[in-house]
Amino acid sequence: MSSQPLRLVGKLQQAQLEATMKVLVPIKRVIDYNVKVRVKADNSNVDLANVKMAINPFCEIAVEEAVRLKEAGTASEVVVVSIGDKSCQEQLRTALALGADRAIQIDTDANLDSLHVAKLLHKVVEEEQPQLVILGKQSIDSDNNQTGQMLAALTGLPQGTFASKVVVDGEKVNVTREVDGGLQTLALSLPAIVTTDLRLNEPRYASLPNIMKAKRKPLDVKAATDLGVDLTPRTNLLKVTPPAERQAGIVVETVDELVEKLKNEAKVIA
Amino acid sequence: MSILIYAEHDNHELKADTLKTVTAAQAIGGDIHLLVAGENCSTVVEQAAKVSGVSKVLVADNAAYKNQLAENVSLLVLELANDYDVIMATALTTGKNFMPRVAALLDVAQISDIIAVESADTFIRPIYAGNAIATVQSLDAKKVITVRATAFDAVATDGSAEVVNLSQATDAGTSSHVSDEFTESERPDLGAASVVISGGRGMQNGENFKLLEGIADKLGAAIGASRAAVDAGFVPNDMQVGQTGKIVAPDLYIAVGISGAIQHLAGMKDSKVIVAINKDAEAPIFQVADYGIVADLFDVLPELESKL
Ligand SMILES: Cc1cc2nc3c(=O)[nH]c(=O)nc-3n(C[C@H](O)[C@H](O)[C@H](O)COP(=O)(O)OP(=O)(O)OC[C@H]3O[C@@H](n4cnc5c(N)ncnc54)[C@H](O)[C@@H]3O)c2cc1C
Repeated sequence: MSSQPLRLVGKLQQAQLEATMKVLVPIKRVIDYNVKVRVKADNSNVDLANVKMAINPFCEIAVEEAVRLKEAGTASEVVVVSIGDKSCQEQLRTALALGADRAIQIDTDANLDSLHVAKLLHKVVEEEQPQLVILGKQSIDSDNNQTGQMLAALTGLPQGTFASKVVVDGEKVNVTREVDGGLQTLALSLPAIVTTDLRLNEPRYASLPNIMKAKRKPLDVKAATDLGVDLTPRTNLLKVTPPAERQAGIVVETVDELVEKLKNEAKVIA
Repeated sequence: MSILIYAEHDNHELKADTLKTVTAAQAIGGDIHLLVAGENCSTVVEQAAKVSGVSKVLVADNAAYKNQLAENVSLLVLELANDYDVIMATALTTGKNFMPRVAALLDVAQISDIIAVESADTFIRPIYAGNAIATVQSLDAKKVITVRATAFDAVATDGSAEVVNLSQATDAGTSSHVSDEFTESERPDLGAASVVISGGRGMQNGENFKLLEGIADKLGAAIGASRAAVDAGFVPNDMQVGQTGKIVAPDLYIAVGISGAIQHLAGMKDSKVIVAINKDAEAPIFQVADYGIVADLFDVLPELESKL
């Protein structure tokens, strides 16, 4: 009988705790995933001139998850941050249109390694003190899959990478992860770092009224050089080349022909 | 040069991909040690000691490493890192999870997913879903590297390394394991199979994947899938082949009802022979296929099974 009021107090504390939960979502401006990138003729890098750019798809999933946490009453505020030159404000505005409350651009035109990005984000985390940071598991340009884990290391926080399910439960978050063998669920103490996998959610489209509203939401610009992070390059991109092209093969007319070719020409089946 | 390689395992079995990462380490050159972190993992240690080219196997057998949580494993590797110039892991989900943590703790920029070694500080890796190949030089004194196993051959297993037990048992105390939901399968691992047959959205539902099973049985193949097939719930996530799923390079890859989006191609276009079965002659998968059949998969699959 006496456990009843106690549980109520517990619930109330939990509600208060949750009501103040801030979620930080770092996002990256990348080539649109439908575009097949080309390598520059001088092999210095890929050619991004006049190429369609977008929010990295995994970052978009991160924004969606944060916005859903807010809509569910679990999160109180969603802050998005992007590191790059002025052009990444476009992606920050998109995130604001998707439901984020406020945006920060860390202004720099330097070529950064994931380690630098994680160090800059560490400064933002120190300043903003979010309970949860949700990032994409990898960006589809450099395909590094590093930043979230590095940020977790620098902040000393636990991490739930490749998340397909995120459940905030009081002072913990349960994260179900897509791993090689299937799914793994971890419990992390908050604050924590989560990186998204494809199955976490299906991001919404921004509505026109929300796009208009996003234009009036706050977007702060901070110079990366003011954050006290050494941005000296740690890697040197020596060369970028196109991959070896596969020759298109032949079309066979029948299954018999296919089996014959696989046996006698390709010799990959017995 | 001394190199520490993190052994991929599940406390029972050393993953064959670790043998390929050893080959990558040999291309860098140096004294190579393997680290086995787990709990009750003595069979893994036995297998690790036989890996050719490895002089020492370090063993951290403790409850703190049972589930190889990134927080705990990264602290373990950090403690050992002083003795090594290069720290390597296979770019599978365990290595991808904890290695960047190690790199950040060491203040090193990680080089992810290398497919070739140019020199001790210069590596080749795919970027943009494999649509560009980057040659990257690491400027850090210590290197932290993950390896795309499909790009390297496996070393032999006729070695006899010294086994050293470690006393480390660091538990960061911020994360704990709740549960696993692993897919049980009698078939070979996707990454290790010499034949892979994958189904896409064209399969229409999970039930129809049975049409692939008969063929897989006859060929000793693993079964994979496109993202669309996983998203639609036809099959579990661990079957996804592609840029952001598993990377495979079997002798024979059969793509069934898969259009061939760049993200899918990124995970399979290094296969030796590619077969595409698709009813749309314009599907991009035919641009990489050695043999294509333009036909309805529901006609082709039963016939193919009967003729193998
Ligand atoms: C960030 C990001 C990451 C991604 N990562 C991956 C990844 O790792 N792996 C991956 O696969 N995708 C990935 N994708 C998704 C990718 O872009 C494609 O959407 C996906 O690969 C399409 O899957 P599909 O070919 O099965 O489906 P569709 O593109 O819909 O193709 C279905 C094909 O089946 C054929 N078909 C239909 N019915 C029949 C029939 N009866 N007989 C014969 N043929 C038939 C059709 O002609 C069509 O070509 C990613 C996308 C993004 C944005």
